[in-house]
Amino acid sequence: MSNKIELTTPLSTEDVEKLNIGDKVFLNGIIYTGRDAAHKRLIDLLNEGKELPIDVQGQIIYYVGPSPAKPGNPIGSAGPTTSYRMDAYAPRLIELGMKGMIGKGNRAPEVIEAMKKYKAVYLGATGGAGALIAKSIKKAEIVAYEDLGPEAIRKLEVENFPVVVINDTKGNDLYVEGARKYSKE
Amino acid sequence: MFLHANNANNCLDNVTHFTLEVIWVFKTTKISDNMVIAPVCSMAKTGKDRGKAMREIHTDEITKVVRDLFIDANCNLGEDVLAAFDTAIEKDESPVAKEVMKELKENARIAREENSPICQDTGLAVLFVELGQDVHIIGGNFKDAINEGVRQGYMEGYLRKSACDPFSRKNTGDNTPAIIHLEIVPGEKIKIMAVPKGGGAENMSRVNMLTPAVGIDGVKDFVVNRVKESGSNPCPPTVIGVGIGGTFERSALLAKKALLRKIGDRNPDPDIAKAEEEVLERINKLGIGPMGYGGNTTSLDVFFEVEPCHIASLPLAVNVQCHASRHKEAII
Repeated sequence: MSNKIELTTPLSTEDVEKLNIGDKVFLNGIIYTGRDAAHKRLIDLLNEGKELPIDVQGQIIYYVGPSPAKPGNPIGSAGPTTSYRMDAYAPRLIELGMKGMIGKGNRAPEVIEAMKKYKAVYLGATGGAGALIAKSIKKAEIVAYEDLGPEAIRKLEVENFPVVVINDTKGNDLYVEGARKYSKE
Repeated sequence: MFLHANNANNCLDNVTHFTLEVIWVFKTTKISDNMVIAPVCSMAKTGKDRGKAMREIHTDEITKVVRDLFIDANCNLGEDVLAAFDTAIEKDESPVAKEVMKELKENARIAREENSPICQDTGLAVLFVELGQDVHIIGGNFKDAINEGVRQGYMEGYLRKSACDPFSRKNTGDNTPAIIHLEIVPGEKIKIMAVPKGGGAENMSRVNMLTPAVGIDGVKDFVVNRVKESGSNPCPPTVIGVGIGGTFERSALLAKKALLRKIGDRNPDPDIAKAEEEVLERINKLGIGPMGYGGNTTSLDVFFEVEPCHIASLPLAVNVQCHASRHKEAII
């Protein structure tokens, strides 16, 4: 990885502009969770002209549906889910000032374009490393859509939450560059 | 099932009833005003076990085994997969790939130590069950017993419930219904294999009805392309199950069954084994690497299962499995 950087949320445009693909970032502060069903509800609210239950300005949304917390733990296993299912909703939230998304897997060109235009980044967490990632989540609290169970929006307090920059604000893509570097086809 | 004639008062006669394979012996007892008819034993009628009492297995035992298997499978990654992680850490040329593989190894260690799930996606509950034909299941409905085991495992093991209605997306709440593939086999045992299957990798799977003319080369190309197109989505390094032959649905089942093999196990047919190795090599030249960050470890193994098919067809299914290749089995 090119650089190791620590960042604390909320993020500014300057914070994300200095990031490059392949950078290893350790996040601190508050991040929000949201996946398929929660995203649908957020966008429905925007379409109806209503206020969102969370302010996404400067924030990061982590695409995760954690497993249930065991007694004494803030959260269960909590690795990323595949991001493309949120592609239909992400540009709208980026436009509203969301600065980052955490997930795994490729993004649609519209999302990458929105990141360039409105200055946001896509960060990868290690898929399938849910037990390890949970160690950097210190608190978890449901803030919206409790009825969605694992898909409810949670406010997470994280310490040194490890991610890798996959798409930066310049339109670069680690998936493309990484495969190009090691391809022997 | 009951051809039992009405018996005289308080009779304790044993009455036999013949079905195709089994002789059932029933006892009628009078309890207050109700006649109760209950089977007291059953015997195999045919084959070498003729006349021998069938082995009885209670549904409670099945429930307990299913419960434990799903917790075990979700928290304890197989030694074969861990060994494949070590190989990747040693051999992958990419420093980032090595780092990711070390994280996955550490994740598996934490999960095992704390009995917590390896991945938050603890899957739909898929089971392969081999039911011995000389087993007599008592105590209730076989399918209900399995679903109860899934319910208990996912509730008591703090596993995520991921089953939902396809359209309303309403969660069923307890990860049932289980997906049960049942096969009747000789013997008096039940083998249960629990395969929690996550959604991310499953979404990258495909069935294709190929033209027979494309042959084995067409099969190889399709599998490699599927992995290429899946890119980083299914959490590489993946395990690729390939089902070839049968019918449309049979190929998919074969592909899923292929995932039960241990990393490094080759198909007994040397030609097919060679094809597996060739496809694995081609996949690992794609450069996708662990998590798609670039590297030489895109898949840990490729398993082909082959069966005869129709003269007009060449069914092919590719079932993609993430690196959390989870499956555990037990024999009752």
